[in-house]
Amino acid sequence: MSLLLKRDAKAEAQAGFVVLEGLKKSWVKRFMVYGDRTIPVAATSLDKGDRLGGLKARWGVGRMRYSVLPGIYAVGNPTKDSPVFVSANYKLSFDALRSNLAGLDGWILVLDTKGINLWCAAGKGSFGTAELVSRIAKVKLADLVSHRGLILPQLGAPGVSAPEVLKKSGFRVEWGPVRAADIQAWLAAGRVKSAAMSKVTFNFRDRMAVAPVEIAHSWPIIPAALALAAVFALPARGWLARAIPAAILLLGSIPMGTMIFPALLPWLPSRAFVVKGAALGAAWALSCAFIFHIPVLAAVGGILVATPVVAFLAMNFTGASTYTCQPGALLEVDRSFWPMVSSLALGLVAAGASRLFGL
Amino acid sequence: MTLTYMKNGETLSLDGETCIGCGACVDVCPHAVFRIELGKALIASRETCMECGACARNCLVGALSVKAGVGCAGAIIIGKLRGTAPDCGGGSCCDSTSSCC
Repeated sequence: MSLLLKRDAKAEAQAGFVVLEGLKKSWVKRFMVYGDRTIPVAATSLDKGDRLGGLKARWGVGRMRYSVLPGIYAVGNPTKDSPVFVSANYKLSFDALRSNLAGLDGWILVLDTKGINLWCAAGKGSFGTAELVSRIAKVKLADLVSHRGLILPQLGAPGVSAPEVLKKSGFRVEWGPVRAADIQAWLAAGRVKSAAMSKVTFNFRDRMAVAPVEIAHSWPIIPAALALAAVFALPARGWLARAIPAAILLLGSIPMGTMIFPALLPWLPSRAFVVKGAALGAAWALSCAFIFHIPVLAAVGGILVATPVVAFLAMNFTGASTYTCQPGALLEVDRSFWPMVSSLALGLVAAGASRLFGL
Repeated sequence: MTLTYMKNGETLSLDGETCIGCGACVDVCPHAVFRIELGKALIASRETCMECGACARNCLVGALSVKAGVGCAGAIIIGKLRGTAPDCGGGSCCDSTSSCC
């Protein structure tokens, strides 16, 4: 491509002045020449590669490398009067934005959030006032547009102080809707947010969207569960008849804690995730004990082991949820640690005793 | 259905004297915690506050304060293991092992 200028790449790299290797992506439709700059124009629809990449990231595959180059991008045919949307450089965040800008002419300013999604990055401050102000300067945004407005996703607010950005950069932050899917409706409504547009949800779809990565991260439990099932089914006579139900009970705790738990979240008892998970784990182990006619003491052992495992996985889901606060999560961790450890230990003793005494 | 958690909004405080009723808090809050009434903000739903800190950071006059933090057990456990404050950063939580995100 003739536009591939290799000037002072280091300084201008992230500013959209030159066409970088890192920008030769399927989702970069073309490069537009704008004044003395060359700016990548992003597609406003997602292709197969985007969807596959998104799916993989959801499952935790290559999630930390799923980023786009920070800097300035265009959608449509923007001019100096076009709106500037600000995004994180986690590709799922960026894709959510650009795929909802079809038919619009605008600029996208991508901040360097180290490939972390927008809301988490805002919580950590990497999607923050300092990065926004410095990125505005780096891309020379004031030369690009004649207005002084920025549209930020509402969930960027934990990290960005609109009054400070105005003071330090001269740009006025306007908080758009929580979900990129509402942008067009928000613009059509004269940039007025409805109550629903500014509210974070955690409905069934939201919960199941964040579940896969929990499953992907619970793999260390698999060998432990299999080993436990194998050991506690000893001795050899009748081993398989004992090992299979035990393995189902123990391995089943993983989908219980990572998939069934988020699905049933609103209906499980208590507000504490760890208690909700414990109830689910106990119910699961009890069901297994009945279905497979597991001997009483072994069943007690199974329940005492499965309960804390599911409870722990459930407690980890606080991080994926959209409504938990830190003091509450701290309370869960503090109160549940010893009960979980004790239950696990007692469960192993009960399972061992069951084999010794044949109960 | 609104899901509620424990200890929500306990560190959130609003100084009614200082508040100018600009509505910035209403604009940035993801859980509709605030309402403007008679030209002043008020905390209408403390029990849904997740203490993300967006309101305090964007209050024009510093009328709001909240101890912001992630409600993530994974981050808290990592913090405890390392003897630091709850931390998603530095190659953990949001970055790789769990999903604050």
